[in-house]
Formats: sequence, structure tokens, C-alpha cells
Amino acid sequence: MDKNEHFVSDAPFDPHSIEQLTPEQEKVYLASQWQLMWWKLKRHRLAVISGLVLLCMYVSILFVEIISPYNLHTGNDDATYAPPQRVRLFHEGSFVGPFVYDRSVQMNMETFLREYTEDTTEPKPIRFFCSGDSYKFWGLVEGNFHLICPPENSDMYLLGTDRLGRDMFSRIMYGARISLTIGLIGIAISFAFGILLGGLAGYYGGWVDFIVQRTIEVIRSFPELPLWMALSAILPVNWSPLLVFFGITVILAMLDWTGLARAVRSKLLALREEDYCTAAELMGAKPKRIITRHLLPGFSSHLIASASLSVPSMILGETALSFLGLGLRPPITSWGVLLNEAQDINVVALYPWLILPVVNVIIVILAFNFFGDGLRDAADPYK
Amino acid sequence: MFFYLIRRILTMIPTLLIISVLVFVIIQLPPGDYLESYIAELQSQGESVNEEKIQYLRKEYGLDKSMPEQYFTWVTGMLQGDFGYSFEYELPVREVIGDKMILTVLISIVTIIFTWIIAFPIGIYSATHQYSWGDYGLSFLGFIGLATPNFLLALIMLYLANVYFGTSIGGLMAPEYIDAPWSWAKVKDVLAHLWIPVVVIGTSGTAGMIRRIRANLLDELQKQYVTTARAKGLPPGKLMRKYPLRIAMNFFVADVGNLLPQVISGAEIVAVVMSLPTTGPMLLDALQSQDMYLAGTFLMFLAVLTVVGVLISDLALAALDPRVRLQGDNR
Repeated sequence: MDKNEHFVSDAPFDPHSIEQLTPEQEKVYLASQWQLMWWKLKRHRLAVISGLVLLCMYVSILFVEIISPYNLHTGNDDATYAPPQRVRLFHEGSFVGPFVYDRSVQMNMETFLREYTEDTTEPKPIRFFCSGDSYKFWGLVEGNFHLICPPENSDMYLLGTDRLGRDMFSRIMYGARISLTIGLIGIAISFAFGILLGGLAGYYGGWVDFIVQRTIEVIRSFPELPLWMALSAILPVNWSPLLVFFGITVILAMLDWTGLARAVRSKLLALREEDYCTAAELMGAKPKRIITRHLLPGFSSHLIASASLSVPSMILGETALSFLGLGLRPPITSWGVLLNEAQDINVVALYPWLILPVVNVIIVILAFNFFGDGLRDAADPYK
Repeated sequence: MFFYLIRRILTMIPTLLIISVLVFVIIQLPPGDYLESYIAELQSQGESVNEEKIQYLRKEYGLDKSMPEQYFTWVTGMLQGDFGYSFEYELPVREVIGDKMILTVLISIVTIIFTWIIAFPIGIYSATHQYSWGDYGLSFLGFIGLATPNFLLALIMLYLANVYFGTSIGGLMAPEYIDAPWSWAKVKDVLAHLWIPVVVIGTSGTAGMIRRIRANLLDELQKQYVTTARAKGLPPGKLMRKYPLRIAMNFFVADVGNLLPQVISGAEIVAVVMSLPTTGPMLLDALQSQDMYLAGTFLMFLAVLTVVGVLISDLALAALDPRVRLQGDNR
């Protein structure tokens, strides 16, 4: 065979072969909007991790009674202001599994502080899947099953106790239930406000738009916290703690809807001018169909993103108000209510574990911020 | 520029009017008024109520009139510099608030300057070194600042300063200056005490500002004129200074509108924790004891501070950027 002979394929020539898509490409081109968003979100690793953290937290608030070793109000007079207890694994060089030592308390007569000393003679193993304090699960079902319990005839305060000898770990767990839901309920209310008012302004324009815009401007030009303070000072003192809870949620939501309303309005105005809307209109679609079929899907993802970015400010707002004593009141316990006990510098100096709830606040705020960032980046998958 | 100024000030008037209505409604909303709770308190202590004084106060401050009338008196009074009467302190509001307002303004301004000084270089660094370790590290620090509640940071700072510097840093000045008239020594002392609240209040705003500067500058750096300038061989430093930075500057000035409400909110709660002699602790007291004119004046003052601050930033923006003053305010 001649070495210079060219290779000629005798397969039939397909002129479309260049334009043809590989199966992967085809998958991308045919994917729905939400599918694309999901793919894009998955690439943002920090957002995925934050999302998982949030998911864990929200699942855990469903089972607070089971997870926490003590009840919200179980106090131990002999263990007030007890520092966090160390969990150990080895007793005198041999492995025993997780256990704690008993502690005894003496009053130091010079400083008037309680001093806890560990009695290291006998390991007290922590119990798992056990029965402990009895509770009413979500106030409905009686039970006493706990994931983790203190050892028999002993105490276990993983994060210390407060001035009434109540276990901080359990209280933080219970506090999560309130702190995390207040963000969600609040955002639901402000979502409703924001969509309604922003939608009206964006859809009707004209004087409706003008009024809504001015209102937003006024509310935004007011520093949030003083206004929150003023509004929560209005709540009557004789309201039950539960009513106060809803009152505070509504107050937080009342100042928060402006951002969402603005987002809805500007998106609505922009999308209304898109060609596909004109096309739908020309084909005789009714406004309702245009809004639900063409406009809403276009910006619902943006709304979810901006909503998840405004949850943190609500959680922080509640924490700040409760810290000042204007927000929630015991027996309703949120992280802010817990921090209210750490108001004074002596607490920070003597019982620093009382400010531990703030660690949870920071984690939740960070997680919402990162998750929201990821969602915002993913919200427009065609970019 | 002149017409822009006029128009901008004119649009401020309705905003302030609505705010004043809002504030008035808020301070009127709690059931009863201060005098009623005052009488109840006196009676519960078994003291006799000075009917004449109550009647006098009620008349003097128009508590017997209708709501719109009271509102009108309040607003016109404020315009003439009469802010009403503080029941709690039994003094005209103007005498109670004294230099608290000045200190609030001072703290806010210093905090904003602090935020700028910190946020601007970090934002530029993060944008020019996108996805580097420095960028990640600084952004992370910023996020921590954003997520930590101000009041807690204040507590921890108080504690640390107590342990490491051995000073009590509650308050804004050393005890001997509290009632002293303003002097150079007092000013220096205030400045020495000022940095902790400023750092504490500044942290949350700084984080947001860094993120916004970074995003803005990144947008700008991707534009074609930057590529062109780079292709023509402009040194990177000069390129940054000449073009993207100048545009980022505009945004930087305009961002005060976002920053100011946040700074003032932060200042209030930090002031309560650190017992600063600013409006914070007194506002909290006034709200809790229904001392309505005092609370109203504070709220109104904070709102005016924000609105005026935003106005100044808008004017500075118009001076910087001809597009704004020529097109009007269609931002």
C-alpha cells in the first residue's frame, strides 16, 4: 500500500453531525428551569453545606423533646451556675465509653462563688435511648423517651446551667424552636405583604405605585431597631407570652416586607416588557394566565432567594429585642430570652457559658447568608 | 446642581411629614397616657395626688385635646424648637436630651468613617484578588462580623478591655468629665473612649459594605474598557485608579443610605449595653415608661438624622457624578 494514500472513511456523511448534541448537552438543553437551578446550586459547595446545616436544625426542632436530656424548666437547686461538664472516655487508663464524673459544690466564702469539684473515683456512664424527664411531645403526646440522658443518680450538664440550675444545652435546644420559627413565620407574613403590595405597585403602576413607593421609602429611612423597640413597647403588658410571640413576629414582619416588595415590583415591571409576555397577550391570554404562567415562574426563584437572605435580620431582630427585655417573655424561651440573662458584664466574667446561645445565632445567620447567596446565584440559571 | 438641591430638599419634606405622623401614632398607641399611669402609681404608694398639678400638666401639654390637635401642637412646637415636656424627668425635653444627640451624631459619623476606612481597602483587595485565600479569609471575617449580634460583641469587648487594659470602658468619658463643661481635655477623653463602641457598631456594617464594594468593583472590572486599557498596556495600579475605582467611589458615597440606618440601629443597642450617654438607654426607658414626648423626640431625631444623612450622601453623589445631577433622581 502506498504510504501517502489518504484515509477516506466510507461511512455515509451526515451534514448535521456538527450540530448534533451529545447526550449530556441534550440533557442540559432540555432541563427545566428548576432542574438547572438545582445543578447550579449544587456547584456552590458552601451553600449546599449551609443548606444541610439549616435542614438539620429545622428537623431537630421537630424533635426537641427527644433530643434534649432535660426539660425546658427542669431546674436543680444544687447545681446553679454549674460550669459545663467534661465528657470523658477513659477512666484510670481503661476505656469505659462516654461518661461524666459526679461533682460536689462548695461555697467559697471569700468570693461567694460556687466552686464545683469533680469526684473522680467512679465513672458515671451517660445513657443513650433511655427514659428521663417526662414531657408532652408538642404539648400533645406524653412520653419520657430521650436520645441521651444523664447517668443514673447523677447530673450531666454538657453546657452548664443557669441561675436556676437549668440545663443550658436543653434550653438552647428548646430556644431553637422559637428562634427558628419566628424567622419562618415572620418571613411568611412579610412575603405576603411584599408580594401583595409590590405586585399591586408593579402591575397597576400609576398612583398605587407612587403610594407604595413612598411608603417603602419612609419605612426604609427609619432605623429598624428603634422602630422595633417602639412598636414592641406598645404590646400590652397583660398579653399572654404566646400572644406576645405573635405580636413580635408581626412587628418584625411589618418592617421587613419593603425589600421584597421592591424586588417584586422591579421584576414585574421588567418581565412585563419581555417579548414572550407580549406574545402571550397577542395570543389572547388573560392577565391571570399571564401572571401565573409567564410572570410568576420568572421571578419566584428570585423571591425565594431574597426571602432566605432576609430571615437572618429577623432572627437577629428578635434576639436583640428579647435581649433588651422588649421582646419575648419567659416561659417562652428563645435564644434572645436566654441571652437576656447574660446582660451584664459580671455574667461574661463569671459564667461565660451563659452566652453560648450566641454561637447558635451566629451559625444560623451565617448558614442563611451563604445559602441565600447560593440561591441568588442559582436563581437565574440562564445567565 | 442648584435645582437638584432644591428638588431633593423638597422631596424630603413629605417624607419627614409622614415620619412625624408615624412617630406620633406610635407614641400614642399604648393605652392611656403617662399621667394616668403616674396617678395610678402614686395612688398605689398611698400618696396623695396633686390634682392641680395633673390638671395643669394635662392642659399645658394638651392631653385633653383631640388627637389631630395634639399632633398639630407637637409638630409646630418641634419646628419652633419646643419638643414638649418629659414627664419622667419633669423637665422640658430639650433640657433632658442635652448633648445626648450630639454624641449620637458624633458616634454615627465616626462609625461611618471607620467603616469606610476599613471596608474600602478590603473591598478593593477582595475584588482584585478574587478567590484568593486573602479574599476568602477577609470575607469570612466580614461574615463573622455580620452574624455576631452587636450587643454581644459589646459585652465581650467590655469584658476583654476590663481584663487586658484594666479600664472600665462603660460610658463615653471618664467619670470626672461627665458633668464638666466641654473642654479640650474632655474632647480628648471622649475620643479615647469612643473607639470601642465605634468598632463594635462598625463590624456589622463593614461586612455588608465590603461585599457590596467587592461585587460592584467586580462588575466594573469585567467591562470591556478595562480589557482595552489593559491591552494598551496601562499599568494595573494606574488603571484601577483612573477608571473602576472612580466609578466604585460613586457607589461608595451612595451607600451611606444603606449604612446609616444600620449604624444608628446598632448604636442604640450598643449604647444600652455599654451605658453610653447617647440616645439609646434613654429611649429604651422612655418607651417603657410611656414618656411619650421624650420617646417621640428621640424617634423623630433618629429618623431626621437618617434622612439628612442620606440627603448629604445624595448631594455628594451628585457633586461627584454629573449623570446624577443632570438626569435627576431616577436612581
